[in-house]
Order: sequence, then C-alpha cells, then structure tokens
Amino acid sequence: MGHLLEVKDLEVKFALRMGDLTAINGVSFTLDRGERLGLVGESGAGKSVTGFAIINLISKPGYISGGTVIFDGRDLTGLTGEGMRHIRGNLISMIFQDPMMTLNPVLTIGTQMVETLQAHMNISRKAAEKIALEKLRMVQIPSPEKRLQQYPHEFSGGMRQRIVVAIALLADPALIIADEPTTALDVTIQAEIMELLLELCESEGTGLILITHDLAVVSQVTQKIAVMYAGKVVEAGLTEDIIDNPLHPYTQGLIKALPDGRNPGTRLNQIPGVMPSLIDIPPGCSFHPRCTIRGDICRYESPVLREIPGYRNMAACHMLGLKKEPTEKDRAE
Amino acid sequence: MFAFAVRRITQAIIVMLVIGLLGFSIKQKIGDPVRDIVGVSVSVAERDALREKLGLNDPFLTQYVRFIKNAVHGDLGMSFFFKRPTLEVILSKAPATLELVFASSLIIILLSIPLGIYTAINPRNLPSRIIMGGSIVGVSIPVFLTAIILIYIFAVELHWLPSYGRGETVNIWGWESGFLTLDGLRHLLLPSIALSSIMLPLFIRLIRSEMMETLETEYVKFAWAKGLSRWRIWFLHAFKNTLLPVITVGGVQLGILIAYTILTETVFQWQGMGFMFLEAVERSDTSLLVAYIIVVGALFVVVNTIVDIIYGLVNPTVRITGRK
Ligand SMILES: Nc1ncnc2c1ncn2[C@@H]1O[C@H](COP(=O)(O)OP(=O)(O)OP(=O)(O)O)[C@@H](O)[C@H]1O
Ligand SMILES: [Mg+2]
Repeated sequence: MGHLLEVKDLEVKFALRMGDLTAINGVSFTLDRGERLGLVGESGAGKSVTGFAIINLISKPGYISGGTVIFDGRDLTGLTGEGMRHIRGNLISMIFQDPMMTLNPVLTIGTQMVETLQAHMNISRKAAEKIALEKLRMVQIPSPEKRLQQYPHEFSGGMRQRIVVAIALLADPALIIADEPTTALDVTIQAEIMELLLELCESEGTGLILITHDLAVVSQVTQKIAVMYAGKVVEAGLTEDIIDNPLHPYTQGLIKALPDGRNPGTRLNQIPGVMPSLIDIPPGCSFHPRCTIRGDICRYESPVLREIPGYRNMAACHMLGLKKEPTEKDRAE
Repeated sequence: MFAFAVRRITQAIIVMLVIGLLGFSIKQKIGDPVRDIVGVSVSVAERDALREKLGLNDPFLTQYVRFIKNAVHGDLGMSFFFKRPTLEVILSKAPATLELVFASSLIIILLSIPLGIYTAINPRNLPSRIIMGGSIVGVSIPVFLTAIILIYIFAVELHWLPSYGRGETVNIWGWESGFLTLDGLRHLLLPSIALSSIMLPLFIRLIRSEMMETLETEYVKFAWAKGLSRWRIWFLHAFKNTLLPVITVGGVQLGILIAYTILTETVFQWQGMGFMFLEAVERSDTSLLVAYIIVVGALFVVVNTIVDIIYGLVNPTVRITGRK
C-alpha cells in the first residue's frame, strides 16, 4: 500500500487585483497511515493554506494552481463538489485554531454532531446521537447526554475544543489536520488538549498533520516535521533529526529561538530580520537576506528540497553538502 | 426569557407614556375639546362653564394623568368631524391598513430572503448585479411615484388591475377583510407592491450584507470542513445567524412601513387609517389626529416588542440570560 497522503509540488495562488500572489510554491511531503507530521514555520509561512489546500477548501480569491494531493490513491485536487464533500469530515477532518469561533452559536452541540454523521452516512438521528455520545466520552466531556442539548456558549474554551476534537473523530477519519489547535487556549489547558489529541490519534490509528509554530509541541507529538518558510518546505525529516541536528540555517534559527529548558532565564535567540511578505519575495533563496551562511548563488537561484549527503534530513539550501560543511563551530567564530 | 419579556414590556409602557405626552401636548396646544363636543355655535359663557366642568382649567399634570387614564380605558376623545369616539373611527379603518401592511410585509419577506441569500452567495454574477442595481433604483424612487407608475401600467394601459379602493370585502366578526375575495385580492395587489417597494431593496441589501459576513466566519468554514451539503450550510448555518441582526433592524423597518401607508393609501384611495389621517389634517380634527398618533405609536411598540421576543427565541444567548 502506498502512502496515506502524498502532497506533491503543491502550488496555491491568490488572485488579487494586482496580480496572482503565490502563497504556496511547490510544497511536497508524505504521510503514512497513523503517522503524525508537524508543519512548522513562522506566521505567514503558508501552513494553514497548505492544510486547507489538502481538503480543497481555500477561501475565495485563492486557488490550487498546481501539484497533486494524492489521498489513499486518489488525487483530491481533481475532485468535484460532491466527491470532495465526502472526503471532508469523513476521511479527513480539520480542527481549527479558535474553539470560540469554530462552533455555530445558534445550533446545539447535538445538532452540530449529528449533522456531520448524517452528511456522510445514512443514519437515524438516534443512532447518530449514540455515536456522538461515545465520542464525547472519548474526549472526556462529563455528562454528555445533557451536553448534547446545550449551545456552544455554555462551554468553556477548553471544553469547546474537546467538542471540536470529538466532531473531528465522529466519522473515524484516516487523517486529522489540526491547525494550531491549542494556541487560543489557556496555557494550562493547552497541554491537556494536546495530550488528548495525541492519545486519541494513537489509539484510533488516525494520521495527524499538526500545524503550529511551536517546535516544542511538535517534538513531543509528531514523528516527522516539515519546516516551511515563505510558501516552501525548507527542511523535512524525522522529528528527532530535525530537533537534534537541524541542517537548514532557518531551522537552526528556529531551534535556537526555543527557550532553553536547562538554563531558564537566558536570552532567547531570535532569527534577525523578518520573513518577506508574499509581494516582495527576494529572488533566489527567499531566506538569503536573513541567512548567515549565504553564498553568491543564493541571490539568484532558488534551492530545491534535496537529500543532503551524510544526513537523513532533506533540506533546500545551496550551501549544504559542499566540500566544506558549515558547522556550528565555524559560524561561532 | 420571562425576565427578558418583562423588561421589554416595561420599556414598551414607558415609550407609550412618552407618546401619550406628545399626543396630549399637541391636543393642549391646538385642540379644542369644547368645539369637538358642542361645535362652534355656543355662547362664550356656556363654553367657559363647559371648560370648567371638563376640567380643562386644571394644571397640566392633572390633565395629563386624566388623559392617560382615559386612554387606558380606550377613551381617546371625540372626533369633531365624525361625531363618534376617535378610537371607534380608527378601529373601523384599521383592518384596511393592517391588511395592506401585512400583504406588503409578506411580499418583502418572501422576496428579500431568497434574493438576499442568492446575491450573497453569488456576489459577482450577472443576476446579482442586476438585483443589486435594481435595488438602488428601488430605494431612490419615492413611494407615490412607484404607485403612480404602477397604476399607469397595470390599470390605465393594461387594464389588468383596479387602481383604487379595496374592492369587495367580507365582514368577519367586525373585521372588514379583503383577503377572502378575489376582487379584494386584486385590489390589494398594486397598493401592497407600491408600499413594499420602498423597504424591499433595503431588506435585500441588509440580508445580503449580513449573510456575506456570516459566510466568512470560522464556523461556516468549519461546516464546510465537516463535509455538510451546501444547502445546509447556506440555509441553516449561515442564514440562521444572518436572521438575528435582520430581525432587529427589520422589525423597526416594518413598523416604519405603517408611516408610508399615509402616502400609499392616499394615492390608491385606500380607506384605511393613513387616508383617514390626511383627511383629519384637512379638517383640523385634532382629537382624531392625536388618537391616530397614539394608536400607530402603540402598534409600532407592539411590533417591536414582539420582534424582540422572537429575537430572544432565535438567539440562545438571550434565552439563557433570561432564564437566570
Ligand atoms: N484570503 C487571502 N488573500 C490573500 N492572501 C492570503 C489569503 N489567505 C492567506 N494569504 C496569504 O498566504 C500566506 C500564508 O498564510 P497562512 O495563513 O497559510 O500562514 P500561516 O503559516 O498559517 O501563518 P499563521 O501562523 O499566522 O497562521 C500569507 O502570507 C498570506 O499573505
Ligand atoms: Mg495559520
């Protein structure tokens, strides 16, 4: 059996008045059944757009302009309305960032759960409610029977995100795309929800694409990581390799910017400069203005994601794998 | 919900007291109850005696309280022209106006909801552009002009529909209804279209803009991500949320429709309260004018209170706060 999901050379553009804006520029990655992938990168890198592109749900001026999304052997980018509808919420679910905004304020939790099941299978309301109750118990909502009749505003943020997780699990999907599922929550609740999500994905054998800019979280949850920068994947590999031995200077910068657990209170190392906006992406490697190891070629040629000799990670950088490998030590001098 | 309803009804009563004060002040300034009762051919001495007897020399506040007390008992004074209690005169004219307003509201609701939703879902296609363009033309033509154009086309040129009056009516329990005969409905058509013409574009635009905003929300996006059918997303998820602001604004606008009946009824010689009002102005029938203001004010307040309570029923947040 092939991969569960294979995203290949995905390209998303936004048709704006001034012309087309390329938000995703050739993103590729794969995910196997039950596997968990972290999609990390700074704000605006294109993580959310990638997530929505997988289920073909880019909002209006945006469109998929190239590439394929092979899910379970089928190319989703070619699916029409009804075919795509049957994928969403059924085979691939999404969890959004802010649970205060995700649930419809004028419909009960029960309605919002039952309709999801009824959208994908021929099932009575009673039978659907039974499944809904089972999933609410899985996400540890107390007295779920009573909760089905309630409206979203009767729940706290953490509870709402549990309900959203339960909705995502309703149809036993093969893949869940969680777009920053804990960023909008209280710090104390963040870990709870993340742990719940991890547990459920493990016990149900559900694949997970976890979108976040928190490397600390992905390192605990996912097996693989893809690092995005300005609409491209700049480095991809196994989680431990990326965390312990990052190759791309951008990834190295991200890891260095993590608060150091061993020496709390030390200054955080931010990568100098900001990610370019999509309107003025520099020619060549889009990271080169901020790069510490750039060479001449970086100014005019865009690097492709490739295997780096001697390493397991893939990286998109001209300066890697050259005769003289730039190491941590070199740059410190 | 109960506490909410009580609060709304208290507000309604306060508004009615203010409207009463307004009506009473008008009566004090320009009205003459003595004339309303005995006419003009009575000697000055007799009139003064009557004034004293009627309590017209009492302080303002005493008279206002008396006015409100009478009003609560359904006594809004005598009509100088009809020589009958004003409330009776108005109530005999009310069915015509209420049926006209009802028919117009029906036209507005039945057309604005589908058109508003359609133009929100397809903001840029040709039919939407035509609807939106047409709605601009619609709001900018005054009601009486629309009415005259309608009469000219459908009554004068095509002879399809009658141009004035209510036609054949049926009396059920004192309510003169034009709804039950074909002739009555034919007479109702042009006036109700004319009356709805002013509010319809407004409602289409209101529903469209609220709906477009709702379609952009996260919960609608989540509904798409759940794989729901487009119909369920548009008509349940998005439209139910669109309804809340539309009910609030819409309720007020439907109340304002009553004001526009004065113009419509005059053009179509529609024997309702609006037509009566203009006649009362010409005859300086102050008591009748004041009674009209109070009755229409009460109607407006009642409509708004009902609208607010419906809003509470649609919006779960209001229901809960009320339950406490
Ligand atoms: N509706 C839109 N119109 C135009 N451009 C858009 C639109 N939505 C997204 N973009 C562009 O796509 C780029 C990627 O956005 P995306 O939301 O995927 O970023 P992200 O990596 O998820 O960031 P964040 O961490 O802030 O969520 C942004 O730079 C933005 O300019
Ligand atoms: Mg995002």
